[in-house]
Amino acid sequence: MTNIENIATHAREIAGQLGINKFDIYGATVDESSVQVDGGEPKQVKASSRSSVTVRVWNEEQTMGVTSTTDVDPKGLELALKTAYEASFFGVKENVPDFSPEATAPLAADIPNEKAPQVPVAQLLETLIGAEKELLSAHPAIKGVPYNGLSQRDTDRFYLNSAGALRNESRSYTSLYLYTKAEEEGKKPRSAGAFRISRSLEQLDLEGCLKEAADKTISHLNYEKVKSGKYTVVFSAEAFLSLLGAFSNIFNAQNILDKQSLSTPESLGAQIASPLLSVCDDALHPANVGAETFDGEGTPTSRVSLIEDGILTGFLHSAGTAKRMGAEPTGHGNMGAKVTVGSHFYHVFPGKPAEKEYSLASADNLIFIDDLHALHAGVKALQGSFSLPFDGWMVSNGKLTSIDSATVAGDFLEVLKSIVFVEKEAELTPGGVCPRIWVEGLSITGE
Amino acid sequence: MTLSIHTPTLLLSRELPSLKYTSTPDRFDETWEAPLSTLLGLGRAAGADFIEFFLERVNYISCLAEEDTITSISPRLSTGAGVRVFKGQADCYVSTNDLSFSGLKAALEKGLSIMGLQLPAPSSFIPEINLELLRDYATKKGKDAWLGQTSSMREMGDVLLNANALLNKKASHVQSRRATYFRDWQEVLVAASDGTFARDIRLAQSVGYNLLCADGAQRSSIAKRAGDTSSPDFLRSWNYEQAAEEVAESAGRMLYADYVESGTYPIVMANEFGGVIFHEACGHLLETTQIERKTTPFADKKGEKIAHESLTAWDEGLSTKAFGTIDMDDEGMPAQRTLLIEKGVLKNFLADRAGSLRTGHPRTGSGRRQNYTFAAASRMRNTYIAPGDYTNEDLFASIDKGIYCKKMGGGSVGATGQFNFAVEEAYLIEGGKVTKPLKGATLIGEAKEIMNKISMCSQDLALAAGFCGSVSGSIYTTVGQPHIKVDSITVGGR
Repeated sequence: MTNIENIATHAREIAGQLGINKFDIYGATVDESSVQVDGGEPKQVKASSRSSVTVRVWNEEQTMGVTSTTDVDPKGLELALKTAYEASFFGVKENVPDFSPEATAPLAADIPNEKAPQVPVAQLLETLIGAEKELLSAHPAIKGVPYNGLSQRDTDRFYLNSAGALRNESRSYTSLYLYTKAEEEGKKPRSAGAFRISRSLEQLDLEGCLKEAADKTISHLNYEKVKSGKYTVVFSAEAFLSLLGAFSNIFNAQNILDKQSLSTPESLGAQIASPLLSVCDDALHPANVGAETFDGEGTPTSRVSLIEDGILTGFLHSAGTAKRMGAEPTGHGNMGAKVTVGSHFYHVFPGKPAEKEYSLASADNLIFIDDLHALHAGVKALQGSFSLPFDGWMVSNGKLTSIDSATVAGDFLEVLKSIVFVEKEAELTPGGVCPRIWVEGLSITGE
Repeated sequence: MTLSIHTPTLLLSRELPSLKYTSTPDRFDETWEAPLSTLLGLGRAAGADFIEFFLERVNYISCLAEEDTITSISPRLSTGAGVRVFKGQADCYVSTNDLSFSGLKAALEKGLSIMGLQLPAPSSFIPEINLELLRDYATKKGKDAWLGQTSSMREMGDVLLNANALLNKKASHVQSRRATYFRDWQEVLVAASDGTFARDIRLAQSVGYNLLCADGAQRSSIAKRAGDTSSPDFLRSWNYEQAAEEVAESAGRMLYADYVESGTYPIVMANEFGGVIFHEACGHLLETTQIERKTTPFADKKGEKIAHESLTAWDEGLSTKAFGTIDMDDEGMPAQRTLLIEKGVLKNFLADRAGSLRTGHPRTGSGRRQNYTFAAASRMRNTYIAPGDYTNEDLFASIDKGIYCKKMGGGSVGATGQFNFAVEEAYLIEGGKVTKPLKGATLIGEAKEIMNKISMCSQDLALAAGFCGSVSGSIYTTVGQPHIKVDSITVGGR
């Protein structure tokens, strides 16, 4: 019997003994190892094997309580069920969470539960040491790679409930990040980096990551201050997706119901962005290495249209928000005492064709933002405003000059409406797939 | 005199599977001395230079009140352990949920193999690791009963609902209001091959408000949190009336605030959470973690002037009722008070065990981690700028046009020493007077430069609870300062 089947069997037995008739469990096991290096030597090597489950229990009054635990043996499950039962008497009496009606529906995609074999830690170290060495030799100004990491992870996750639903899946992925520090006499230190993710070490685009980190670092060595003012800004894929993620309350049905969103339930159908923009959340996108076929409530995931030609077309739902808003669950629920909603994998692409196409090669007097920083502090998600430091370049007649410390500020809903071009070629990032996005009229503070 | 020769019975490696221990994951006490001592000896016999075990039990609960309903009560139970193996200056860290002897031994074995070492042969003797008598801060300080003395689920719910109802009365144009509380009870046991054997219980609690106000297109959102590690009665003694008044007043003022005009300004930064400026712009750069990464401009500046002579700053784990206070760090070292900067001169760095080994700076009881899945690293505790000689009036009077940063949001510092923080509530200073409210400001600058621009420190030192994220995860800290003046800083805005 598999471990998940063991857990299901023990949970049913214990629940029966405790008089609990209705429960569900979401759980995950993670097995991972990661390495960091410094100056050709191992710096930090970590390995971890851990499990956790979240248990929900409904009592005789039909209110619900939850407990999470790392102890998945029968004793731990018993304590979790008991604690969840105790908490259930303090649960909400309105809009009580329930099993997802889709918890036993067929999955939208049949992604095999394959895990890539984990390579020995020594091989991870050898690979990363080699990458560091190659980066250091890319340019004499590159003095170090202070932030680096290569990790591999196997994840097993499952969902089951007392009505007979049982789902499980397994995934592997390997990720690499490299952030350099460059110093030249009489100049400020500069930094740049790159990130890659794949299903295994064998498939990892190591060379691409090295080249990106090196090229970006070298491009930032010669920098100038930028004059404060309003500019057309080109956001890289990563920068735009980080901003989209920071303001994801726009699509989040739970935030909307809680009145903690820039949208309302009546916002569907409104023109919230330029017609040039379309956005989907696509958990099953072929480029999504960590694709999940079901959410924390067992609902199958799928591709969900959020913005189509600038019009807000959909929200991300859990089973509970879908019921309250008269919609279908979309597979974005995360189990908890209060079920939360979260995105999986954004796919940003052109909507209506642009009247005029733009190119950085011929652009003049604009700012190309590669990376936004301090999103945890500089974003007012409930007000729509942001003021963020960034890494980027001034573009003059197609020539890129690195900018010495500046911030970009604006209103996100205004940003969406001020998009003047969505490039065709998309780039893969950890948060999704997105092309460069051109936006006019943003405030830049430099000198 | 007759000597009786006692032939000790040394433990052989092959005897390990037959050993029975009375220790259980339900409690960390002296019964763990035997199994951990054996495992430490095993690791040393394998050739490791130093080994440390960190065991943890967590009983966490959070409670959320939205409008007039408790919408979430979330208990979380966790048990885990980590073993750190050093060979020379290199180390590895392996964590597991399995606290049985075989589970910990398997984690140790994995760590040893990562370091190129193997468990000793069956016929090998396991050296005895003499652990000190259990240094039990939990029992010594009467913390064993704390978990049972904290607020019950019902009490949590009642306090938060009352608090939220009061906020509704105090504030206007309310779109949404939340009151949240969490209680994080943690029991830890540290055993290391240098004889360290220490136990502690930590009880971190935090409560606060999130208020969103809207009037047409105008919006303001204000958050305020309090945190404590010293008493199970914290929630019962929370003055939510005062907190509600402050939050309501701030949200009301900021609702119609203009966006700040970007530029370079002199600023006055308020006390309490204004201390985030030192935390981000300097504190992180005084951790040995940053020396190791070569990401601090202060690495070779000990004994040199790195800040304005008005500035003296401390980091310590001793203040009562402060969120970063600890009795021992996560490597079993007793808490200390560390002078970081004295009248502008750099005095000390913050060092954990590995940081001390690799940089030569003495350990300061600063080894901290979020939980058992992280190795400890040098981190801050309660970090603050000491009071100065000026009054608040002196600070404002010295500025013709500038910005008063009354409430700060969070911030960060990058690999190049560039820092940034958000300002939640700001006002224009005109002719030495505080005038109109401003919003949307971000402060950016270089750590090396900003410390020399803090030219005036007032006398009203106050601390504020915060959460700090870094290489060893998210930990509870305190920032603090008196009101200070920064001669000039770049303010990003519109």
